[in-house]
This record gives sequence, structure tokens and C-alpha cells, in this order.
Amino acid sequence: MARYIGKEMSRVDGVAKVTGKAKYAAEFQVPGIAYGFIVQSTIGKGTIKSIDTAEASRAPGVIRIYTHENAPKPAPPKSAELKPQTNSQERDKSFRALQTNRIFFNMQPIALVLAETFEQARYAARLVKASYAEEKPMTDMEAELKSAFMPNPQRAPKPRGNPSEAFQTAAVKIEAEYTIPVEHHNPMEPHGAIAFWENEKLTIFDKTQGVYTVRTHLATSFGIPEENVSVVSPFVGGAFGSSLRPNYYPWLASMAAREIKRPVKLVYTRQQMYTGHGYRPQTWQKVALGADKNGKLTSIIHEAANNSSTFEDYSDNTTNFPRSIYACPNVDSPQKIVKTDMSTPCAMRAPGAVSGMFALECAMDELAYSLKIDPLELRLINYADVHPDSGKAFSSKALRECYHLAAEKFGWKNRKLEPRSMRDGRMLVGWGMATGVWGAFQQPASVKITLRADGTAYVASGTSDIGPGTYTVITLIAAEYLGLPAEKVKFELGDTKFPRAPVQGGSFTTASVGTAVYESAQNIRQKLLDLAGKEANSPLKAAKIDEVEFADGKLQIKNEPARSISVSEIMRRNNLTELTDIHEAKPSPERNKYATGAHGAQFVEVKVDPDLGIVRVTRVVEATACGRIMNPKTSHSQEIGGIVWGIGMALTEATEIDHRYGRIMNPNLQHYHVPVNADVLEVETMFVEEDDKIVNPLGIKGMGELGMVGIPAAIANAVFHATGKRVRDLPITPEKLL
Amino acid sequence: MNSFKYTPATEAASAVQSVSANPSAKFLAGGTNLIDLMKEYVERPNELVDITRLNLAQIKSTGGSLSIGALAKNTDTANHPLVRQNYPLLTQAILAGASAQLRNMATNGGNLMQRTRCQYFYDIAMPCNKREPGTGCGALEGLNRIHAIFGYSDKCVATYPGDMATALYALDASVRIRKPDGRDRVVPVREFHRLPGEAPEKDNVLQHGELIVAIDLPKNNFAAKSYYLKVRDRASYAFALVSVAAALETSGNNIRQARIVLGGVAHKPWRSDEAENALVGKPANEETFRQAAEIALKDAKPLKHNGYKVELGKRAIVLALKRAMNGGAGKEA
Repeated sequence: MARYIGKEMSRVDGVAKVTGKAKYAAEFQVPGIAYGFIVQSTIGKGTIKSIDTAEASRAPGVIRIYTHENAPKPAPPKSAELKPQTNSQERDKSFRALQTNRIFFNMQPIALVLAETFEQARYAARLVKASYAEEKPMTDMEAELKSAFMPNPQRAPKPRGNPSEAFQTAAVKIEAEYTIPVEHHNPMEPHGAIAFWENEKLTIFDKTQGVYTVRTHLATSFGIPEENVSVVSPFVGGAFGSSLRPNYYPWLASMAAREIKRPVKLVYTRQQMYTGHGYRPQTWQKVALGADKNGKLTSIIHEAANNSSTFEDYSDNTTNFPRSIYACPNVDSPQKIVKTDMSTPCAMRAPGAVSGMFALECAMDELAYSLKIDPLELRLINYADVHPDSGKAFSSKALRECYHLAAEKFGWKNRKLEPRSMRDGRMLVGWGMATGVWGAFQQPASVKITLRADGTAYVASGTSDIGPGTYTVITLIAAEYLGLPAEKVKFELGDTKFPRAPVQGGSFTTASVGTAVYESAQNIRQKLLDLAGKEANSPLKAAKIDEVEFADGKLQIKNEPARSISVSEIMRRNNLTELTDIHEAKPSPERNKYATGAHGAQFVEVKVDPDLGIVRVTRVVEATACGRIMNPKTSHSQEIGGIVWGIGMALTEATEIDHRYGRIMNPNLQHYHVPVNADVLEVETMFVEEDDKIVNPLGIKGMGELGMVGIPAAIANAVFHATGKRVRDLPITPEKLL
Repeated sequence: MNSFKYTPATEAASAVQSVSANPSAKFLAGGTNLIDLMKEYVERPNELVDITRLNLAQIKSTGGSLSIGALAKNTDTANHPLVRQNYPLLTQAILAGASAQLRNMATNGGNLMQRTRCQYFYDIAMPCNKREPGTGCGALEGLNRIHAIFGYSDKCVATYPGDMATALYALDASVRIRKPDGRDRVVPVREFHRLPGEAPEKDNVLQHGELIVAIDLPKNNFAAKSYYLKVRDRASYAFALVSVAAALETSGNNIRQARIVLGGVAHKPWRSDEAENALVGKPANEETFRQAAEIALKDAKPLKHNGYKVELGKRAIVLALKRAMNGGAGKEA
């Protein structure tokens, strides 16, 4: 019986976080530090004709100023790890600061000022004067949709069946366009780093989702061995995808530290974050659905385009997840890119999936109304029992159970189909639903475990914890399988001195690192069993690995706990004080025989002010099927956070660009509206657990992204139900409902 | 941020003298807007005269009226028993603004002085006549969803962002100002803020060195029937797209006096005398309210992205008046 798995555990790093003991990248104390401040371009496209740093150089405290004219050149980037998500095999073209006089996007870094204090650097930064040969930037993706192209058509998913013909002949059809603006992650912690060199060895404290990725990036850039770069990132104040790729500042800080031979601290301002890392790209989508008169889908044509920069082809992969949701024989899902004079987008929580499912699930709602079928019923009619592309069985898929459970909890059966048919006093009440989907990914990941004779254990992995509770869940899994109290297990992460682990992204960390811990604990169990079992009178004599377990500091026979030896006793007899195992876990090939994924169902109630167009999300019920839940407490927290993100995407969030200048005009938290507490009312999250030993031995699937995937569509559908107005352009601000 | 001299003041006279003597000096009270703008290089004073120690935080009854000190915190003002009892519209308006933390810092004088939230004003790379006279107005042909529909000029389409002042306009408040010569002058709050005209850099009629010392609220009969309605992009911590300060004095069901002030639609709170007058002597019902709302918005000239404010403004007026009639409880009769 599990002692920890499946039981609520508070965050092991919670006290450190709320007392300020948890150190974030820019908080490390390094003596002799110099402060950097980035100067950004004021045009969106063109060439820097000249850049005058004379006045800035004379400002108090200024140490040095770098521009494209005097900044050293990094070695040509080659690491595949830095590439944006694309089908292209081209070499990395990620943006590097101060390498050219060309301006590719507004607010591009054009100089770095180094000074004795932050305020001095910031002050001097204002004195750097650039003159430009200006060109007209193009940032209005929708105006340039005709230039959309497939970055790598030969690798795009092939159409299933004959979707156009099936659409033409469908008994019932709908066709609609959906648009989502650029959105930014806005984590609480601004991106920043402190870099310093000791001879040819670089240490950098960085906010990152992957210390190894930053290490490769910097080692490549400086042409030094990877072992010479230490990346330290024990705590991250939210990232949501914005720190998956190394952004331009780690190299900038490291370069400056090397040149001025002093530690350099460089932190983005909130404004600088808007072009200092990527963003969720703008998307345009068109969905055509054809169905027979009973609601059975006969055709799905889901087209999508997202904006990218001029120098990289970032595909948000918007249509990838949606094409696997419904059992429909004829599907096409072309995914295109429009080049714009903006920085390159990047993954942002549930990338592609949330945007694509917004369009598909709104379209399904529209189809339900054309057919006069309950929207939930329509989903069940088209439920995919096997993966519709590959025909493979799912390793597990409890989506149907999620639909039923959440519908029951929500009271969906009391819904009246007719829009504007439900009221609460003056308020229009709307009920909407949608489906969520994400993968059940696993990546190779390594851990080191040291089990000590004193009844403690040390676990380390070069993974990251950007907030979901990785410190806690890995401690929990280690305690479970080492048979120790959780408080006797210390887990460290976020440092390249620990074994290699993948970036924290794709919701695959627990599945990857947790599996490594599980397997490594098994290795340790085997080693101890070998030691214990070799003694003639051992109670564990002849026991096999699968028959024994760790419990309460002992190694015991599972079915016969009286037969046991304490771990400390085994070690003492073998003159050991500790036992260490370093292990890499890899996804099992068994997975390839199946389709894998995680799913969820969301039901939303909105109340819409009929006079003022204000939408309040008064109730959300979400049921999620993502394997086995390790820690319900942090897991619910993930799903609740996803719902809040979904509310923001649906109702409030948009990065506004003045296309005349190609400039983001709301790069701050007063003008870019993330939801506040007052926007989040009743939220209930539930899990339908799946017993899935195929995805990995512990049955772990990802959940961090999944929780938000259906929410924007469910809200938009609820708004339609409340008002009779179909808003296909996010966010749904009051004026769209007047 | 520019370097600046920090000058703590202990008396109003010396504070006024310090600022008068330096054309680049500014008063510092709560700092909730000024410091942000200094970080953005929008405000560039070379001296801050800290007035937080001045004895200007009292809220006191003087005869029939109420004087609220310029340095009284927004939170304390909103929750003062005399304000809650006699001027609930002011309480509602203050509490509709900012966040609890900001209201705990922000002062009443500073609230009147807060600057526009126009994005172009905040971004020093963009043209803005308010920030840099002569550079042009970025919002006029740019993103202007949150901008003015009344009283703007081709030099500036920014709005005054505050909630508190919108209520003060409805309450016929006046602003008591200490002049550099040590004497006070009193300006009706309606005349305190300006329209942009040819000089959008001037938000109000305060001369350099003049210090707001108090806001005076005359006695009125609106306490029973007033309501502050704010429409914004999220439930809290956002500026008004449109807000309405509505107040009614009735005799039976007949309207004796009315106040309708719109926030978020102009360079100052926008009070419509014509709409108010149209209500006087009429029965307090939805039809009358609608007529008044039509009148209040009839001269609106929306820009490219803020046409919605016209219809939204009308609806908000009707709703606010209905809620005022219902005792300001947040629900309409």
C-alpha cells in the first residue's frame, strides 16, 4: 500500500518560498558585481545607421557599453536544443543580441550598459542614442495571411480520407474562422542571470526551465567544453514556456562578465520581457465541420496559421492535438506560418493545443446548435475509442468518464439548449463545455540517489521546478520507494552538477524524472538485496527483487513483513555508510504500440451582464484523466492554475501591437490584463485516475498544460449559450457583447 | 530614473517654497503613480519634496460640509464614517479604484493628480504631446480603445483615469490649494482638470508650486440615492473603460436634483449638465433615465477603436441611475 503516492503533501519548498529563503537567479550574492541594463530599439524594422554611446559612457558609474559595433561574436550556434518547434532541419537561427545593425523587431536589444549600480545602468541606458534607416515593419499577421506557408510540407501530417469531398456532401456543415491574439506568459519573476568567470570556467545563475540547455547554448557560444559551464537555477518564479529556450540575456551577461572580468547581473524589466523571450503567437484558424444528420462527423478541415519572426519558422502546431480527438474518417489539418517583423514566438502553456482546441471545440458547439443536439452528446457520438490517425488503441483514455463525472457534478442535464434561456435576475446565464487534451510524454532523464545508513537519502537531478511542485513530487516518489519518511529525503535540482534531465516542459517532468527515481530506487533495492541475501541466515535469503520492498528503513518481504533487515544493518555488515546509484530512465518501447494521451472535460457557467457585456465565470467544473495522481494537493493546484489561465485567455489577455510601428503597446501588468483573484470564482477540479503501466511504471501522465486546454472554448461556448452571440475572436471583452 | 534630490518637508509653507523655487521639483505623497512614471522616465523631476509629514490628513466636518485632507489616504477616506454616511458615492468610487495596497498608500491629493494611463504616454519611444509637447499624439490614429470620446483635441486623446474625482464632480466638491504666497485659493473640482486643447501637457489648473491641501464637500441630499458604476476589463485592478457617478435627490418619485458624471471618456470626468437638467422634475423611471443617457452621450465623437464607449456609456448611465434609485446597493430596483 502506498504511503505517500496519492496522498496530499504540502510543498517541501513552501516554507523557504514564503520566508524568502528560496533564492531565485538574480538574488544570489556575488561580490564585485556589475549591473547590466539593456537598451532596446525604438523601431520595428531597418538598420542602425549610427549609435552614440558617448554621453552614456560619461554618466556616473558606467563601466562599459556594448553595441553591435564592439560586442564579441559568439561561435555559430549549432545546438539542436535551441531550435524552435519546427519541422525544419535547418541549423539554429535563434536571436543573438548585438550581432548586427539590422533591426528585426521593435524593442530589439541594441546596447548593453554596464555600471556599478542598477540605477546607474538604467539611467545611462536612456542616454544611448541610435539613429536608424527605418523601414516599414509588418506585424499584422491577418493582413498578410495570403503569404502563409507550410514550413516543411513533406513532414506535415497527411490528410485522412477525403475531407473536401466529404465536406461538400455532408448533410450538415458549419464553417467559421477563429482568431487569438499574441499573448505573453507574464511569470512573476522577471528573467535574469548572474554570470561570472573563473579562468575559462563560467558559472551562471539563471532563471531557466533547463539548466542543460543553457549550458549547451553557452558552451557552444563561447567555444568552450560543456564541463566548463555551470548553470545554477534552484528556483524559478514561473516560466510557462518562456524559459525553455535560452533567451538572449544569458549569453549577453556571460559575454559582458568575460569582457569586463567581473560578475555581471542582468535582469529584464517587465517591458523587456515582452521581446526578451517568446510569446504565444497570434493564430488564425478556419474550421469546417461536416456531419450526418445524426451528428456523426464526416469531415473536419482545420486550417491554422500563426505568426513567426522573419528569421525563424516557429510553428505552434495548432492543429496537431485537435486532429486526434474525434473519430472522423476524413480530416485535414494544414498548419502554416506567416513571417512578421516580431521576435520569435515560443511555447506558452499548452502551446498549440489550447489554441487549436479553442477553434475545434467552439466549432463543435456551433455544429451542435446546427443539429440541435446537446453539445456533450455530440462529443460522445464522435468519441474516438482508438487513435483516429494510427488506429492504435490508447494505453488508457478515461475521457468518457471525465465527461460523465464533470457533467454530473455540474448538473449539465438541467441545461436548456436554447441560447438566452437561462437567467439569474438580470444576468444571462450560460453553460458551456469543451474537451481538453495533452500528451503523456516521457523523456530520458537521470537521477542520482544516495541512501545512507543513518536513514536519510539524497536525491538529485538536473531538472527544474518552475512552480508545479517538482521538489515535492520527486521527494514523495523517493520516500515511497526508498521506504523513508519524506522529511528524511532531500531532493535537489536545477544545477548542471546533477545528472542530466530534460527541460521542464511538455508536462513530462514527473513522468521522466519520477520514473528515473523509481528505477534508481529499484537498483538500490537490488544492490542491498544482493548484499543482504548472500548471508546464509539472512531473512531475505533467496528473495527476488520483486518480492521485497523498502519500508520504514527496512528491506522486507512484501507479503511477509516480519522477514526484514534494516537498511542500516545491511550497510553496517558490509562496512558501508551509504549506497549511491546514478540512473537514466528512458521511455519504454512498449509505448510505441499504443496511442498515449491525457484528457479532460470542462464545464463552465458564465453570467453575462446584458447591459454592460461583462462576463463573469461563476463556476468551473473540470474532470481530468492524466494517469495516476502522485500528489493530489499540487495536482489540483496545477489544474486550478490552468483554469485561471484559460479564463485570462478567454476574457482578458491580449498583447496589443501598434502595427504602424510594429511595437507592443501594453508590455506591463497594468495594460496587459491577467485575471486577478476577483475574476476567479467557484472552481472545482477532479481527477479520474487511470491505471496505465504502459506510459511508464508509475502510470504518470502530464497535467500542467492539460488543465487549461478546453477552458477558453468552454467559456466562449457558455457566452454563446448566455447571449446568443458567437464570439470567435479572443479575448471576449465587454464591447464584443454590446 | 534620473537622479533627484530628496527634500523632506515638515510644513506646508516650506514645501510650497521648495517646489516653487525649483521648476523641476515635484511634491511626493503616496508616490503610487509618480514613482512608476519616474522609473519609466516619463516624469523626470530633479527634486522630490516629500510632503507626507505635513499635517494635512484630517477628515473633518466644518459646518454642514466635510473637508478631507489632501494627505488622507484613499483607504481611510473611503472608510471614514462621515464619508460612508454622507457621501457613499465617494466611498464606492474610491473602493472601485486600484487595489487595497495602492489605496493604502495613495492620498486624496495625489488621486486628483494622477496622470493618464494612455499607453503612448507611458512609452518614451512613442510620440506623445502630453509627455513631450510637439511630438504628436500616438493614440489619435493608433490604439485608442481606452481613449476619449469627448473633449479631445488632435493634440491629445487621453483620458483622465481616476475614479475618485469622477465622484467628486458629482458631489460638487472643491479643491483647496495653497499658493506659493501662502494664501489659499479654492477651485471647484469641475474646473480643476483641463481639456487638452493645445496644451495637453497640462492636466489641470494647478500652477507650479501650488499644493492641494484639502478637498471640500458641500452638504447635499444625495446620500440615499447614489451609485458608482465602473466597467473594466477585469473585476479589479483595472481602469475604467467607462464609469458613471450617478446621484439623485427625489421627492416622492420626482427627481429634484440629479448628477451624471462619466469617467474614462475624456481628459477630465465628464459631467453632463444637460442630461442632469433633463432629469429634474421628471419621474424617476427607466424611460427618463434613457432620455438623459441619450442626451449625455449625444455629442460623443468616438475614435477608431472606442466607438463602443458611446453605447456602453448610455447603458451604464441608465443602470447607475436605477441602482442609485435603489439606494446604491449594487442592484437595480
